[in-house]
Amino acid sequence: MDLALAMVICGLGGVVAGLIGVGGGIVFVPAMTLVLSKGQVEAEATSLLMIALVSIVGTWRQRSYGNVNLRDALMIGLLSPLGVLVGVVVANEVSERALRIGFAVLALYMAWRLLRRVFGDDPPAGAVAVAGPGPDSGPTPGGDRAPDGVPPPTASAGR
Amino acid sequence: MESGRYWRLALIGTAAGAFSGLFGVGGGTVIVPMLIALFAYGERLATGTSLAAIILIAILAAALQGGAYGNVDISTGLLLAIPAIFGVVAGTAIQQKIPEKAVSLIFAFLLIAVAIEMVVG
Repeated sequence: MDLALAMVICGLGGVVAGLIGVGGGIVFVPAMTLVLSKGQVEAEATSLLMIALVSIVGTWRQRSYGNVNLRDALMIGLLSPLGVLVGVVVANEVSERALRIGFAVLALYMAWRLLRRVFGDDPPAGAVAVAGPGPDSGPTPGGDRAPDGVPPPTASAGR
Repeated sequence: MESGRYWRLALIGTAAGAFSGLFGVGGGTVIVPMLIALFAYGERLATGTSLAAIILIAILAAALQGGAYGNVDISTGLLLAIPAIFGVVAGTAIQQKIPEKAVSLIFAFLLIAVAIEMVVG
């Protein structure tokens, strides 16, 4: 019964992952700790395996819709391990409380930018890239850029 | 690729990794809004590119956690991944049907919740 509940919750986590482009760990980890009574470390580690599989399938689906810039993704992904090292160094120099407040401020700033975008103050998607030097420098208006040689999706692509 | 673009991508990758390592909150939570804010990506392109970037991060981290520390419960992970994979297929399909701004709105609320959790958690 617990396993069935955990599977339902993880299915919903997958929906969230596909909808907003996160790995889903924010749902998978509590499903394992609260429903399956796994320890925090084991749940977080196991969720990484799930995130890897979910993100592979999610990328495949998003690529079929023309929504993936593989070159930028590769650059971000390759530099992330460096970020982990930076995080370790920073964690030894700055108090956890200060780090948490710093991240909260960053998150609120990003939320504010997104809300401005939703309610009309921010430049529309692609506004910067349209003025850029070429097709590989960024997305086209509306986020319909077709990177990596994938033909741009048409209006019939299910948007 | 222009150098300014490299630096901005480097900033996103480093921030995603750093916050991931520090709080376990990183990856897409950092990548998606930064792609939108720094590159004026559309929401769908930001979320798709974020998922692709997460592949590398998650594989490396899972290999380290599983290989070096033995913390990964592979059978449970694979079992729970089955509905999650169906979920992500559904989620990406739903995303194509809703306005892009709805994705930003959902994400903004997620970020506010994360900020609150960071301060009071």
